[in-house]
Amino acid sequence: MNGRICLNLFKLNFTVFDIFLIWLLKLRVESSNIPALRRGKHMGFAWGQGNIFVYETLFKATGATGSGSPFIHEVRKDEDIYSPILRKLFNESHHIFVGLQTIREDLPKTAHPLIRSVLLQVSILLAIELIWNLCEVLFIDAAPAGSLLLHLLDWVRLHKADVDEKARDVLQSDSPAEHRDYWDVVVSYVLQGRLDEARQMLGKKATLTPAANNIFKMMDNLLSKMPFYNPGGTQTLTEFDVKWRHWHEEVDRCLQDNSFASNQHLEVLCKILLGDEDTLLEHKDLLGTWYHFLVSRLLFCHPTVKPTELHYYAQSCMTMFLDSRSAPEPLDSILLAAFEFDIHQVIKDCSIALNNWWFVAHLTDLLDHCKLLQSHNLHFGSNLREFLLLEYASGLFTHHSLWQLAVDYFDHCLEFGRVYLELQIERVPLDTERKALKVLRICEQRQMSEQVRSICKIMAMRALRNNRLGSALSWSIRAKDAAFATLISERFLQDYCAKGTFSDLDLIDNLGPAMLLSDRLTFLGKYREFHKLYGEKRFKEAAKLLLSLMTAKIAPRSFWMTLLTDALPLLEQKEVIFSADQTYELMFCLEELTSSLNTPSSDSDKSMQVQISSFPASETFM
Amino acid sequence: MFVARSIAADHKDLIHDVSYDFHGRRMATCSSDQSVKVWDKSESGEWLCTASWKTHSGSVWRVTWAHPEFGQVLASCSFDRTAAVWEEIVGESNDKQRGLSHWIKRTTLVDSRTSVTDVKFAPKHMGLMLTTCSADGVVRIYEAPDVMNLSQWSLQHEISCKLSCSCISWNPSSSRAHPSMFAVGSDDSNVASGGKVQIYEYNENTRKYGKVETLMTVTDAVHDIAFAPNLGRSFHVLAIATKDVRIFKLAPMRKESSSTGPSKFEVQIVAQFDNHNSQVWRVSWNITSTLLASSGDDGCVRLWKANYMDNWKCTGILRGDGSPLSASSGQPISTTVGSSLLSQNALNGISAGRYFFPPLDAPRAGSRFGHLLPPSSLIEHCDAELVSQPQQQQSLPHRHSSRALLSLAEAEEQ
Repeated sequence: MNGRICLNLFKLNFTVFDIFLIWLLKLRVESSNIPALRRGKHMGFAWGQGNIFVYETLFKATGATGSGSPFIHEVRKDEDIYSPILRKLFNESHHIFVGLQTIREDLPKTAHPLIRSVLLQVSILLAIELIWNLCEVLFIDAAPAGSLLLHLLDWVRLHKADVDEKARDVLQSDSPAEHRDYWDVVVSYVLQGRLDEARQMLGKKATLTPAANNIFKMMDNLLSKMPFYNPGGTQTLTEFDVKWRHWHEEVDRCLQDNSFASNQHLEVLCKILLGDEDTLLEHKDLLGTWYHFLVSRLLFCHPTVKPTELHYYAQSCMTMFLDSRSAPEPLDSILLAAFEFDIHQVIKDCSIALNNWWFVAHLTDLLDHCKLLQSHNLHFGSNLREFLLLEYASGLFTHHSLWQLAVDYFDHCLEFGRVYLELQIERVPLDTERKALKVLRICEQRQMSEQVRSICKIMAMRALRNNRLGSALSWSIRAKDAAFATLISERFLQDYCAKGTFSDLDLIDNLGPAMLLSDRLTFLGKYREFHKLYGEKRFKEAAKLLLSLMTAKIAPRSFWMTLLTDALPLLEQKEVIFSADQTYELMFCLEELTSSLNTPSSDSDKSMQVQISSFPASETFM
Repeated sequence: MFVARSIAADHKDLIHDVSYDFHGRRMATCSSDQSVKVWDKSESGEWLCTASWKTHSGSVWRVTWAHPEFGQVLASCSFDRTAAVWEEIVGESNDKQRGLSHWIKRTTLVDSRTSVTDVKFAPKHMGLMLTTCSADGVVRIYEAPDVMNLSQWSLQHEISCKLSCSCISWNPSSSRAHPSMFAVGSDDSNVASGGKVQIYEYNENTRKYGKVETLMTVTDAVHDIAFAPNLGRSFHVLAIATKDVRIFKLAPMRKESSSTGPSKFEVQIVAQFDNHNSQVWRVSWNITSTLLASSGDDGCVRLWKANYMDNWKCTGILRGDGSPLSASSGQPISTTVGSSLLSQNALNGISAGRYFFPPLDAPRAGSRFGHLLPPSSLIEHCDAELVSQPQQQQSLPHRHSSRALLSLAEAEEQ
């Protein structure tokens, strides 16, 4: 049922659609003057995130010099996202958006009470709310004749709340019936169809003027009898119509026989009840807007108006209400388009009139879920919905915290969402490890392996530059970057050679299988294990490990001398730690090292000799 | 759009290039004053100059950042026939406190015999590679085999393009389906010398870059060139700044599986704009390539956007308004730039403004918007009220605060 009327109403062909998007783009041309840049000079620029930098320059191929303005200007687009109130709106609507994506079945009829409550807080958003609510009434609730008017009345009441303020003033005054706004309040109530309140108000006057008591009673009677359609009741629309006509005739009779002639105010009320256009238009100041006029007129002339007839009344009410001089404003056009059930015109006009993509993106998404938009393959977005959501989410991504909301929007854009997310997320500044981990988690959840690798690599490089070897190592392990892990392991070993101690023991002691990422890392881990065993005085195991580091070629040749030196204290122990076989192997390693070091340079040879001769192991062994 | 803040760059001569780092937190500027400056964004959003040093003995044309995977690395190129690679060194703690950073020269690339007109790092998946092009028509590709030792760069490829080169752009696609590819533009103004944009592709077999395409329709001088991010598409999009803005689509044609020859492309022009009236000097894509910006002889930066049908339209214009400077370094100025909006829209025959609220009518009793008036900070159009006032009044208070910086603009005005 939902939206069927609308679907029938606008069987859009795609050429209209095309024109619409071209339009949409065309009309958003903005021209901005940059103060302090001189006209006629060249303007250089650079893209930032959500902003552009511009500067004065001169593009000439020759070795140009000259006097340029020394200023660089940062030009930004959507300042909206920096407003704290709007941030709240973005956050709330994000929840609703995500919720909406998971609803597969029937649509949420009045899905957006939350959005409404947030909208209320911001005055600029009142206009948006006005449009949003009307779209809800017309497109999403798709109320049929009868209930349609009731919905429209609610809509007008919601957006013309100043009556209540005025009424409060009147009632709180010493003598409400004498208050200068008294009749304004009564008329306003009637115009909004709030007849019970109008009657209460009238009662105050009636008690004051017993002489006129009769006609007040008569008016009270007319007001109390005015029929309202009850969508939940058993009454059919035809029955209601008959009843309403009877009432209308009765009101008409009262007017014809001048029942209210003695009280001009009551006579005016009577004319309003009859839907007299001139009288209604005399109360422009109370109606405020043409769409209030429209709803009041429907209330008293065409209470069973059908959705298909709305556009006719809307158009004529707008023309009647607005002076011939004043052209309709964007808001008028948007509402009129809504009354005409022209969803695409609404979206288009909103994109032009509103400052950011928030409204159109969410409205279109909702309409799409109502199956009110035919999908159409867009090149820069699989359909209109995706196109707008991508724009909106890209805007969010320029904000230092709102970017996290954008992720979910991209997730629900099937065609380009992922690529956009990949491009945007790797640009999120990784200010802290915590933020890096947050970004990383988002990428990992989506199997974005390249982005995961890149983020880890960036963090590893940064840590290394700041000489935080432990952090650098754990990031490169995360990045599975073998080359970098090797490099950092080297640094650790160098540090050890220089200082005789290891830093970041926690990390190295707990490498686990990550140790296998690179040979050098394996060696680092094993070598540290040797130190640990030695420290725990588990000499036999330590000696075995030390030896195996060389025999299994895990240790780099350059490090063998250090290892052999490390063997010395073990050999010097009173008890025998290296077995005969092991000692033999140790000797073999030494020989291999010395022979490989037998370089042409006799100098280095000599130094080796010196070292070897001072090697006590040989003595012990001999 | 509005000017969020203005930064006194303090270069002693023309600024030629401004380049953001990958994360948009750092910025490098270069100038005819032969120096490069690095700017860092503070937590409060202000841009602070953290380094400024003489880099070359001639005008510095371009400055560019390497991907942060390779650390903090800049490359610059100059009229002095060289390109240089710079690396930031993590300084002493007292330097950090003073908000300064140290950049040291890792290498000078001296192979060119003429002005080096552009310098670009290759996409990161290729490793740390740097490309230069020069006025003598040679493209050079250097590689740093050890990313931890940036003083060693080897010249891997030297490609003669026969025409004076002005600009170079790498295809950012990392798809295995696409061999490494770059485009080079020439500012040779002789129409008779043929197409001014050449596309080169790496051939796995010959291990060389070979020319695969010349855009024969682009015969005028080309000043800038930019590949768009690929977005997972099978084709490539290339923007060109010549006597107009052009956008080309390069679709690789299906190769026979046995063929090892160069790729062939179906070249299609998708947009061409002469709105800059004359020469266009720069083109650049935003991150997701939904917007292209161009700058031209009309002194404007224009923004272009495509819809799904590849229909490209102008969506924004930035132009200098000739008014004097109105803010000192790093100070946010609240000048909104909506005032020209009305006239521009009228010019285009568009009646609908971008904003909801009527600019000129003061809210009156019974006005349709009397109860809807938004906070003034949210409506740019409210500025229209100020239009009748002389510009000077707005800027006066600022001018007093920053007199020293304004001598130039003031002199111009008087």
